[in-house]
Amino acid sequence: MAEPLIVTRDLTKNYHLEGFPVHALRGISAEIGAGEFVAIMGPSGSGKSTFMNLLGCLDSPSSGEYLLAGERVSALSGNALAAIRNRRIGFVFQNFNLLPRTSALENVELPLLYCGIPPAERHRRAVARLEAVGLGDRMHHHPSQLSGGQQQRVAIARALVNDPVLILADEPTGALDTRTSCEIMALLQQLNRNGMTVVLVTHEREIAGFANRNISFRDGRVVEDLRVERPSDAAAMVEEAPEEAEA
Amino acid sequence: MNLLASMRIALRALRVNKLRSSLTMLGIIIGVGAVITMIAVGAGAQARVEEQIRSLGSNLIIILSGSVSSSGARLGYGSQRTITEDDAYAIHREVPAVQAAAPALRGSGQVSGGSNNWSTAFWGVSPEYFEARQWNIVAGRGFGQSEMQGSAKVAVIGETVAKALYGDSDPVGQIIRINKVPLTVIGLLERKGQTFGGRDQDDAVLMPITTARNRILGAAQSKRRTVNNISVKLRDDINVAEAEADIRALLRQRHRLQAGQTDDFFLRNLSEVLSAREESSRIMALLLAAVASVSLLVGGIGIMNIMLVSVTERTREIGLRMAVGARARDILTQFLVEAITLALIGGLLGVLLGVIGSYAIGEFAGWRVALRAESIALAVGFAGIIGVFFGFYPARKASRLLPIEALRYE
Repeated sequence: MAEPLIVTRDLTKNYHLEGFPVHALRGISAEIGAGEFVAIMGPSGSGKSTFMNLLGCLDSPSSGEYLLAGERVSALSGNALAAIRNRRIGFVFQNFNLLPRTSALENVELPLLYCGIPPAERHRRAVARLEAVGLGDRMHHHPSQLSGGQQQRVAIARALVNDPVLILADEPTGALDTRTSCEIMALLQQLNRNGMTVVLVTHEREIAGFANRNISFRDGRVVEDLRVERPSDAAAMVEEAPEEAEA
Repeated sequence: MNLLASMRIALRALRVNKLRSSLTMLGIIIGVGAVITMIAVGAGAQARVEEQIRSLGSNLIIILSGSVSSSGARLGYGSQRTITEDDAYAIHREVPAVQAAAPALRGSGQVSGGSNNWSTAFWGVSPEYFEARQWNIVAGRGFGQSEMQGSAKVAVIGETVAKALYGDSDPVGQIIRINKVPLTVIGLLERKGQTFGGRDQDDAVLMPITTARNRILGAAQSKRRTVNNISVKLRDDINVAEAEADIRALLRQRHRLQAGQTDDFFLRNLSEVLSAREESSRIMALLLAAVASVSLLVGGIGIMNIMLVSVTERTREIGLRMAVGARARDILTQFLVEAITLALIGGLLGVLLGVIGSYAIGEFAGWRVALRAESIALAVGFAGIIGVFFGFYPARKASRLLPIEALRYE
């Protein structure tokens, strides 16, 4: 890889919890190349979520450097970070984080609202993404009218709508049953095969097994960084899994 | 994100909690409604006073007989007639600021005409009276100097008398009798309405002062030719105080009053009395509007309260919006627009309430109300400003949330 998409140098994050200093990250130096599918693992409190938040520009590091596609993100202001989140990063959350009482279509359009794209174009792109995740017939449903798996697919469509360079997924299958989890992982694998860089946080080994590379965190440090030679094929597992009612 | 999109998001958010939004708006609705109604009532009262001033005639001074001492006991104004018809003519002749001075001699009695009769006041006046009191003839004509000299049996009647005697038919040319003296009605006076004291000015019969004295009231009045009052109309652009001083000096001289003696007459400047009333009604209106504004202020605090609750409730939504690229400014705009929308919808409904309220007060309480476009614009504008003012703090609070903390908020 000539130029890694993500470079972090000695990234640390400290904060205070009820007056006690917490060293969430104690110097992370990592590189993630474009087109990789990385699973970040570790027990709770290991710092994996903090690392993810820094990668997602949702939080800023206490010290160290973070370069995204060659840009020194750690030096940017609030508005510039908002622009990066808007155009370069797509988020997928454990609890979907869809706006309630808002149609799937409008949920997907949300990021486009913040970069001045005209309504007709917003609509066109959102429809295309929803069709790509197989929800072309549910565009006008509200989240409460959709199953968990469908909601997560809406969230993935939303993450993709502004053509980001990076998808960050924070326990995307945490609220889903096994079969639906496999479906979501199959969708992420498919995106990755088409060239999308995916970084996933999980504490489940099976889910990490779908990625090409597993990075393990413990006590704010990287303790293991492994290449997965033969990742599991989620699409195949969906075929094998018993039919279950979607949650 | 443009304003229209923000507006749509705001309306959607407000629809989610319909009851809460309506209750929050209620404060603004009542406030704006109250301000508009109070201003309308105040403006109505003011318009009424202005109309009364016009009906009395501007630059009008009424001279009344003053108090006189009779064996040490001071009697009230008008207790003894001290002013005379000749005083009126002298004032007209010798005070340059005076445009017209008309003596008036009052009597009362039963007036009969057609098949009806009516108890009313009649006034013997000089022809200048119509000019001095700015009272026009709407049908027929007034009387002139020759009729004055001849004690002509003519009369000009007010609308109330005409209605009482002749209903809707034309009174001009009819014969009325006052104390058995027949008079020909030669004119109908313009309608003047009530004085601020509630007296019906149209309930009057005017005739030449000579006719009243010589033919109706009898010879007892004729010796000094005293009168009840003199109406003096000053020229426009005249210093009223100076003119009053001139009149006073002239009357003192004519009545042979010594330097130490008090006036035996009294000057009343009606426009002064009415200006004072106008001022007090204006202050009243201001006071009412101020009280109403307080309820607007309370409405604004309600908006702030609800917006703070809303920001807390929607912290995760704010976090998500930030995660997908909303800048602090976008969040600020969103919540500010929501507060302004709340205030403006409340303001518009308040205008409706205010307009209905004003008409209801006009209709049922019988008060004059005057709705003014600028007071409506002012109230709505004020509601908008309240939205901005009380919406700003919660909106800024929302925009200052850190994305990661907002997203994690439970």
